[in-house]
Amino acid sequence: MTKFTKMTMATLLTSTMLTGAAMAESHVPEGVTLAEDQTFTYRQLDEFSSLDPQIVEDVDGSDVVRDLFEGLMNQEAEGNLVPGVATGYEVSDDKMTYTFTLRDNAKWSNGDPVTAGDFVYAWRRAADPETASPYQWFIELMSIEGGAEVIAGEAEPDTLGVTAIDDTTLEVKLSAPLPYFPQMTTHSTTFPSPQKVIEEHGDDWTKPENIVSNGAYVLTEHLPGERSVRERNEMYWDNENTVIDKTVAMVVNDENVALTRYLAGEFDRTDIPAGQYPRLKEEYPDEAVSFPRLCNYYYTFNVSDSGPEAFKDVNVRKALALAVDRDIIVEKVMQGGQPPAYTFTPAAVAGFEPPALDWAGMTQAERDQMAKDLLAEAGYGPDNPLSFEMVYNTSDAHEKVAVALSQMWKQKLGVQATLANMEWKVFLEERGNQNFELARGAWCGDYNEASTFLDLLDSASGYNDGKFSNERVDALLDEAKTSDDTTPLYTEVEQILYDEMPVIPIYHYAGVYMLDSDLGGWPTGNVEQNWYSKDLYKIAE
Amino acid sequence: MLIYIAKRILIAIPTLLILVIASFFLIHFAPGGPFTSERPLPPAVLANIEARYGLDQPLWKQLWDYLVNVFLHFDFGPSFKFKDRDVNDIIAQGFPISLTYGSLSFIAATLAGVSLGVWAAIKHNTWIDYFAVSLGIAAQALPNFIMGPILILVFTLWLGLLPGGGWNGGQWQYLIMPVIALSTSYMGNIARLTRSSMLEVMNSNFIRTARAKGLPTRAVIWRHAMKPTLLPVVSYLGPVFVYVLTGSVFVDLYFSTGGLGAAYVGSALTRDYAVLLGVTILYGGLTVIVNLLTDLAYAWFDPKIRY
Amino acid sequence: MVFGSSQKAAQLADDVTDVIPVRGRSLMHDAYTRFTRNKAAMGSVIVLGLIVLFVILGPLFAVWSNEEIDWDRMGAIAEQGAPSLENGHYFGLDELGRDLYSRVIQATRTSLLVGLVGAMTALIIGTAYGLVAGYVGGRVDSAMMRFVDILLAIPLTLVIILLLVIAGRSFFMLFVSLDAVGWLTMSRIVRAQTLSLKTREFIEAARAAGVPETTIMIRHILPNLIGVVIVYASLLVPEMILTESFISFLGLGISEPYTSLGKLIAEGAGTMAYGTIWQLLYPLFFYVTIIITMFFIGDGLRDALDPKDR
Repeated sequence: MTKFTKMTMATLLTSTMLTGAAMAESHVPEGVTLAEDQTFTYRQLDEFSSLDPQIVEDVDGSDVVRDLFEGLMNQEAEGNLVPGVATGYEVSDDKMTYTFTLRDNAKWSNGDPVTAGDFVYAWRRAADPETASPYQWFIELMSIEGGAEVIAGEAEPDTLGVTAIDDTTLEVKLSAPLPYFPQMTTHSTTFPSPQKVIEEHGDDWTKPENIVSNGAYVLTEHLPGERSVRERNEMYWDNENTVIDKTVAMVVNDENVALTRYLAGEFDRTDIPAGQYPRLKEEYPDEAVSFPRLCNYYYTFNVSDSGPEAFKDVNVRKALALAVDRDIIVEKVMQGGQPPAYTFTPAAVAGFEPPALDWAGMTQAERDQMAKDLLAEAGYGPDNPLSFEMVYNTSDAHEKVAVALSQMWKQKLGVQATLANMEWKVFLEERGNQNFELARGAWCGDYNEASTFLDLLDSASGYNDGKFSNERVDALLDEAKTSDDTTPLYTEVEQILYDEMPVIPIYHYAGVYMLDSDLGGWPTGNVEQNWYSKDLYKIAE
Repeated sequence: MLIYIAKRILIAIPTLLILVIASFFLIHFAPGGPFTSERPLPPAVLANIEARYGLDQPLWKQLWDYLVNVFLHFDFGPSFKFKDRDVNDIIAQGFPISLTYGSLSFIAATLAGVSLGVWAAIKHNTWIDYFAVSLGIAAQALPNFIMGPILILVFTLWLGLLPGGGWNGGQWQYLIMPVIALSTSYMGNIARLTRSSMLEVMNSNFIRTARAKGLPTRAVIWRHAMKPTLLPVVSYLGPVFVYVLTGSVFVDLYFSTGGLGAAYVGSALTRDYAVLLGVTILYGGLTVIVNLLTDLAYAWFDPKIRY
Repeated sequence: MVFGSSQKAAQLADDVTDVIPVRGRSLMHDAYTRFTRNKAAMGSVIVLGLIVLFVILGPLFAVWSNEEIDWDRMGAIAEQGAPSLENGHYFGLDELGRDLYSRVIQATRTSLLVGLVGAMTALIIGTAYGLVAGYVGGRVDSAMMRFVDILLAIPLTLVIILLLVIAGRSFFMLFVSLDAVGWLTMSRIVRAQTLSLKTREFIEAARAAGVPETTIMIRHILPNLIGVVIVYASLLVPEMILTESFISFLGLGISEPYTSLGKLIAEGAGTMAYGTIWQLLYPLFFYVTIIITMFFIGDGLRDALDPKDR
């Protein structure tokens, strides 16, 4: 056994969460003939906001940063942890100290070794108010000792609980035990950054001519609004096993145009517009794929003082939730293999077990009947019709769902829902200030654990737009932060959410892509869709 | 005339100043800020970010600092959304692109539109006229948000002749579709205006007289009819020129050209104050200059015009 | 032609005859006769009338309302959503399974109103503004035109967003925001024409004769502007119809279940490659028909009102 695998075995023993095995020598299955040209081209929705690992906040940018920089841990095709710059880690008995061992052959693209100091620099930089990263809160979320104080400007960045014991040993002290801490080291905020380069070039350090990175790729070209190119980093420690030579991200805003260009052979990957998956699956069975993702889609009631009186009645909330025919939404509107949602947390979340809720098992006719009864019980009917306004931000898909919902309610319950679309920032402002009655919402998990969703309904959460407040939910979520076995806690929270119905879960997301059949290794099993170009390969046709 | 030009340039400064101040307040009063996001930032984080961009200062102080930076240092500040780039960068990168396909589209639309319009007017009520009219209507009927996808469908997917988007430093293959998409509807409008203006001029007594005196039609048109015909067309071309130069959002979005149009509209939607103001100043400056040029052009088209 | 042989003299003479008789046969009556003699224009008026009639009477024949979803056919639009007389979806279904016949009728109603009222308002404001600026000239002209420059350059998106927040969503605010920009180019065109017209001898003659300035503007300059103004206004109609869809996108203006031609065309253009081309063709047909009728009506009006023709 090599030292490398021994170390991994050791961490497997100390950590219950680390389930990934060491990577095999090569990720290309036997018998596959690789194509001559190993260029992967994909469509990206929007110009990314930044390539600075501590600052990047959008999905498109994170995809690029994940190729350019490598953190302590990576994810494999199923989303399980595999070693990145760290070969493994140990946890102290009180679960408050993590010690990562870094590989000694990791290098920056300029040849400098990647050291524990680079991580210390990066993490302090992320927390430093001077950096003004929109992801500063991630350091606080990681429960790193002193994180909250540094962010609030009450303590210097160097008081952050992260230390380089030596060049290959990184010690992290937490302020509270956090079972999913290692998962969080796959997030771009925690990636190392090159101090020398940043100090030399300032904000310009991520430009292709200046950037130095430690991942499998280096940025060689960036034409904002058009494309960016990253090419093989010869200094990368696992360069030998990297197959893709060059990854090109093309910015195409319009998904229909992107699909046309995909079909013309310009891209290897693009998103499928809502409603087109069944047709494409039939025409291109090897290329159209759909798999669950860690995001939910819901409507939230405003149950605060500014909300309508009607929504303070749980029967009204339940009636509206029951009357939604989710099968129609997923099968006839979205049509992309999205699972219908009867819980707030997607079933695909690791370690989450949905409670046995009666409405999930009913037929829609039964749900509709129940909805009618509940609404009548609440005192609404033909003589006293319920009416309210539902808001969503302007987008074709959101509009379709909103129209379908309003029609379901109108036809089944005689409820008059007025639709109001808003420009994105106006929508956020109104929703965030409880200036709505019923509002669309969606959330994607920051990490693969139920709390990333359920925390939204904590009464103290800044994301709790409907201002739902339940003491038992708060207590359970609090307990889950330190508990060894969180599954029953989350299950109970979901049960309460069903009884109280502060939000109407509609569906959970699916990744719905066109993937060229000569592209291999796409991690469809990774519900967070954290993909790495180095794990992909192009097959000879 | 020189005095007039000098005056106009002097007036441009307060005009731009008013424009900047008005836009500044507009964007600050628009709901949602640059850092309003789906996951609201914790107050401490938001405070740090606002401090970094000076948004914690009183509004008048922010305005003053901004004006000082812009007018004294020619620095438009950092972008709030694209954190690795500043506004000068964004304009320097996007404007040349918009300028290239914009001026090509403008030239194409003007040449084709004016010739079509003049031709139609001369051959009034013949099949040439009907053909030109139908072409103009067809061009109007296909707004660029239909033209974009159709062109890509036909030339990229079906015929496989042209790349579906990108810029590649402005190679001709990448220019064709953006220029067609952007110029058609303007071409239709210009043809329309030219045709009716020409008809009117041809109908006026002095042209009738000139023709009655036996001057050849060609000479009448070129020597006497062209200038008055183009006078109203030029007024229409002014704003179009500015609009096309700063880029069209649709072209940038459909053809991934990386031009300034997408950046401009995007900055309004993301409340990227600095980018929006920077591009507005550019746009305003161009408007002022182009409108000055059109005013000067009027005097050329009709020498009797005095300001 | 007895005025002499020099071209200059001939032109002067013609310019003098350009003066409109202050009193005489009713101008409107004259114009009306000329307009009704124009076949293309009259044909267009009839077509436009038919569209209006269709918009009013069409709903009587609708089987489905504009918001009802055909649940059975929803989700299989490309296969089952094509136009059909049997199932009552004469124009087929939209992406969500709603009846396109009812939606096109409602959209045409909205867009006609938006296009006509929007263009008409822009025409009135722009003409009045440009006429005053051009005629008065000097500092007034300079100040008025710099104001137009500012408005041309101000980011429209923000203005609309602010209007939405301050005044709220309403049909009235939609017109306000459409006209916030619609009149600007019009005013520049009118001003340029006015600048040119006011140097003509017949205006100077009128002025020398002591005709009041306002009378000169209204009686002598305005009629000579009418040609270009009407043509530009007819160009504004399609522009207004399309701009509406952008404004609605920002949240001001119309909202589901109501729709407009611009919005339907944009939706149809998005899905045109997916075997549901009728979603583009029906709204486009009505849009194009409206543009064509506007073209000929505009031309007819221009001819009819042209003072030089009498």
